[in-house]
Formats: sequence, structure tokens, C-alpha cells
Amino acid sequence: MTATSTSLDAEGLSLRSVSLWHITWRRLFRRRSAIVGMVILGILSLIALTAQWIAPYDPYQVLIGVEPVQRREKPCIHLLGCPKDKPQHIMGIDGNVRDQFSRILYGARLSLIIGFATVTFAIVIGTVLGAVAGYFGGWLDNLIMRVMDVLLAFPALLLAIAIVTVLGPGLINALIAIGIVSIPAYARVVRASVLSVREMDYVSASRSLGGNTFHILFRRILPNALTPLIVQGTLGIASAILDAAALSFLGLGAQPPTPEWGSMLGAERNQIFSAPHLVFFPGLAIMLTVLGFNLLGDGLRDALDPRLAHVSG
Amino acid sequence: MIWQYALRRLVASIPVLFGILLVTFALARLIPGDPCRAILGEKATQEVCDRFIREHGLDRPIPVQFGIYIKEVLRGEFGSSIRYGLPITRLLIERLPTTIELSLAALLVSILVGIPLGVISAVRHNSWVDVLTMLWANIGVSMPVFWLGLILAYIFSLLLKDTPFWLPPSGRLSAGMISTPFYEVWEWSLPESGFLPIAAKFLSNLHILNALLTRNWALLKDAIQHLILPALALGTIPMALIARMTRSSMLDVLGQDYVRTARAKGLPQSIVVLKHAFRNSLLPITTVIGLSLGSLLGGAVLTETIFGFSGVGRTLYDAITARDYGIVQAFTVVIAIFFVIINLLVDISYAYLDPRIRLD
Repeated sequence: MTATSTSLDAEGLSLRSVSLWHITWRRLFRRRSAIVGMVILGILSLIALTAQWIAPYDPYQVLIGVEPVQRREKPCIHLLGCPKDKPQHIMGIDGNVRDQFSRILYGARLSLIIGFATVTFAIVIGTVLGAVAGYFGGWLDNLIMRVMDVLLAFPALLLAIAIVTVLGPGLINALIAIGIVSIPAYARVVRASVLSVREMDYVSASRSLGGNTFHILFRRILPNALTPLIVQGTLGIASAILDAAALSFLGLGAQPPTPEWGSMLGAERNQIFSAPHLVFFPGLAIMLTVLGFNLLGDGLRDALDPRLAHVSG
Repeated sequence: MIWQYALRRLVASIPVLFGILLVTFALARLIPGDPCRAILGEKATQEVCDRFIREHGLDRPIPVQFGIYIKEVLRGEFGSSIRYGLPITRLLIERLPTTIELSLAALLVSILVGIPLGVISAVRHNSWVDVLTMLWANIGVSMPVFWLGLILAYIFSLLLKDTPFWLPPSGRLSAGMISTPFYEVWEWSLPESGFLPIAAKFLSNLHILNALLTRNWALLKDAIQHLILPALALGTIPMALIARMTRSSMLDVLGQDYVRTARAKGLPQSIVVLKHAFRNSLLPITTVIGLSLGSLLGGAVLTETIFGFSGVGRTLYDAITARDYGIVQAFTVVIAIFFVIINLLVDISYAYLDPRIRLD
């Protein structure tokens, strides 16, 4: 905490009025990459929230007989010289004669839900396991952490594939699989934080005052794990979205006709030479989303790291 | 000292290996439906199933079954595949080399490009080279492997058609190109069974090695041409991670006093950077390389699927879609064991790079 207060002095701020979160925000806003990340995610969230109003078509609507369009037709953008009498489809038409742009917009909603759902699942279970392991120690700690080691011994995507094989393909099962695979990272982070403060005086004080274990663990100890968890979680959303897209691409996650980017890409992957737009746009959407979370996660890590408190910019 | 450390790490990885066996055993038992029909197919008759259950001890208590399973894995007996009608061990010998070749090529690409990029952007901190490298590194870690692979195939196989930069979009070798195993070229007479023929067959399936051994330059060129795009696709994420880590650990080291001393002594920049700074920033770089290997093995499933490589990843994917559980179980075990061995080697290389770790 000394590092934080020196930075406060350096910034000429009064100690009482500024919280750690406030400082974090200020530092975050000084990092170009974090701002880019936040802008990307802001736009994405806006798209996700307003998809039903901004999408020109229903993502499931087959346009045969509705409009004079062909299967897998190239993008038609009026501003770029596409004849005005043709209906505008800025990302083209997919293999089932649907408007790809609308499907991409709806995909944003799904991707964000996937990212947040898996990471929440993994954080909740990982936190409980890590806290129990770190606080109680002994054989329980050994058992839990050895199980985590075993989970980490498999390449993540491969273990997720194996779990989906058991559970059966589908979006929910893919999310559970990716969630399970990411538990160890959170369990380790929480355990490390718990270990670092378990023997501190304020914890002993709380214990001698008769606080029950639950209270000490959740009110006194776990708040210390919040910072690393936020960083890990933000970066975790990025890899969860990437892995979920990979599972859907392989046909193990979201199933057609769900407008999920990985599954859209997987369905049209053999058309890469004849209709590249059907592969290009969903992949670009995945990349931008993942990039947003990665940039924000990196920015948060730097902003929350007290060692870097004196570094600006 | 280093051997003691290696031995200690080896012993410490035994519980993890045991855990891997337990997990794969449990996964196989959790697969819905009865194991006989899951492995032999829906059409297996009751008689065949009864024999299968007896042979694999599936009527015995679970702990006994687990014991039998461990024994089978240790002996490399994984049973047969329904889809291919071949022993799974033979499939592994045929297909593991493809994945190894691909992963090594990807690793090579990522190290050869990632480390110099990282060093340059650390030395020229905040220059346009640095900004571009970091931009590229951020984009690189965010790209889906399968998307990058398809886009590369589109660019190099279609857009650059009829130019010298054309590269084939799929397969390990061109049609008509035959890789004659080195032991046949050298007219070795291998024994029918045992370790030697397996090892020889395994090595001959590494096309590049086989081409070099048999001095077949046309084959070598063809194999390398087919490997470039998949290696680029698979190597991009680790490349970006390595570049990032190299940059940050070099920046760390370059700011230290002994580097300033080295400069003050009048040593040329190249010596200071490469001899003084780089060696000490190797440890975190090794960590990232080690961690990347996991993503390489996972990414191999995607890359092999896109580029039509019949390696371990592609076979595993096909097995999953065909519900060929024997292969799924065997290949998962083998890849996980491989992964543990790689991590062990990474740990030992730390101890080599940083003697303090051995005392831990």
C-alpha cells in the first residue's frame, strides 16, 4: 500500500478522498491500449444490447422469395458502387440465403454471454476451491491442488473437447467444458492470495474476536484476491470466447442455425475459395472481441499493479 | 545437481500422470451408453459384447478395472479402432509424427520470429518498430487459429496463384509424391516385431527427416512447402506471446545497473544486448515457450482439420464426430502424457538456465 500512497503524493491528491478504484480508473485511462480495448468492448456491448433494432434483417430469416438474392452472394454496399436497385447486404448472403451482417450483430450478444457465463462459472468454483485449499491447508489443500494440476496437465482445448464428448455437443455443454477447464487458473490465484494474508495480524485479530470461519474467509481474506481475479477474469473472457468459438467451429458447441460466430465460420469453411466473405467476417468479429478483452485485461493488470504505480502512460 | 533436480521433478510428476489416467478412465466410463457398443459400435452383437466385456474385465469391480486400464496403457495396448479397423497403437505411430512435425515447425517459426521482434522492440523502445510489433502481438494472440489458417490458405493458394509465392492449401505432400521410408532406401532388414520396426516407422513418418536421410531434395521441398502455412497459422499465437515476453523481460534487464556498467566499459551495443541482457531475460522467455506448447497441441486439432493433415489432432476430431471412443481415450492419454513430459523438460531447462532453482 505504500506504493499507492507515494503515487497519490506524486499526483498531489488528498489521501482521504481517493479510493483505490478511483486511482485504477485514472491509470487505466492513461493507457492507450486499455482505452482502445474499452472502446471496442463499448461498441460491442452496444451492438449486443440493440441487435434487434439495428439489424436490418431477422438473423434466422431465409431470404429466398423475399428478395432477388443468390446463395452466398458477395457483399453489396450501395456506397461502394453496388447498384441501387439491388438490396444492400454489407457482409453478403450466407449459405442458407440469410443476411450475414444481421447474424454477425446478433452473434455479439451470444459471444459476450458466452464469455461472461463461463468465466463467472469458473470464478465461483475456482474461488471456493482456492479459498478452502489456502485457508485450511493440509491434506485438503493437497488434494484440491493435485486435482487442479491434473486439469492443467491437459492442453485446455483438448480437455474441453474430451468433456464435450462425454456431455454431448451443444452450446451449454461447451460452456460447462470451457468453464471446468479454466477453474484451475482461478483456484491458484485465490489460493495464493489467501496464503499471503492468512497469518497476518488483522486475520488473527478477527479470529480472536470470535469471527466465524465463513466470515473471516469471505469478509476479511477474499477481498484481497479481488484484484488478481479481475485481471485474470478479463483475460479469461478473451480465451473463453476463443475456445468456445473453436468448439463451435468443430461442431461441438453452438449448433446451426444459431448465429454464433465460430459455428457460422465452421459451416462455411469449405467455401473459403468461392465465398471468402463468409469466413472473413465472423473471424474478424471474434478477433476484435478477443482483442478488446485482451487489451482491457493488460491495461487493468498494469493499472492495478502497485509496483508500476510510478510509471505513467 | 541438475540430475538430482530432474529426478525429483520426475517423481513429482507421477501423481499427475496417475491423475491423467484416472481422468481419462473416468471420462470413458462416463460416456453415455454401454462401453462395449460405444467402442465396438451400435451394431455389435450380444455375443461379441459379452466377449469384449470379459476380455476387458468390465464385469469386475471398478478399482480392478482401473488397474487393468493402467496395465493396458503402460503396455501401449489401446485396443482397435472401429472406424479404421486398425490397432490404435498403429494409428498413433502413423499419425503422431505428423503432429510432432507440425508443432515443431510452428514452434520454430514462433521462436525465430518472436524473439528477434521482442529484442528489437525492447532495444528501440517506443519507436515505430516497437509500436508495430506490439500492435501485431496483441492482434496475434487474439486471432482464432482456424480463421487465420483459412485466410492464409485463401491468400497464398488463391490470390497468389501463378506467382512464386504460391503455397498448397492442404495435405502433407503433393499428389504423386511418395515418401519412401529411409529403411527401405537403405535396404535394412528390420525384425518383424519389437521396438526397432516401430521406431523406424515412426521416424520415417517425419517427412522432413526422412527426406534429409534419403537425400530426396524434391520430397524435402514439397514437404516444407506444405508445412509453411499450417506452421504459420499454428505458430502465430506463440509468436506473439514470445515477442511480448521477450520485449518486457529485455526492458527489465536493460534497465539494470550491470547493463549500464557494461555500456560504461565501452562494450559495443550488440555485445551488451546479446551477451549481457539477452541471456538473463531467457528464463521468462522459456516459461512462455513451455506454456505455448500446450496451445500448440490444442491448436493442432484445429490446424490439422483445416489443412487436411492426418495427424493426431485431426484423427481425434474425426474420432469424436464418429463417436470412436477407443481413439478418443487413447489419443487424449497420449497427448496429456506428452504434455507432462514437455513440461518436465521445460522445468529442467529452467534449472539449467538459472542455477538458483535447483536449490529450491
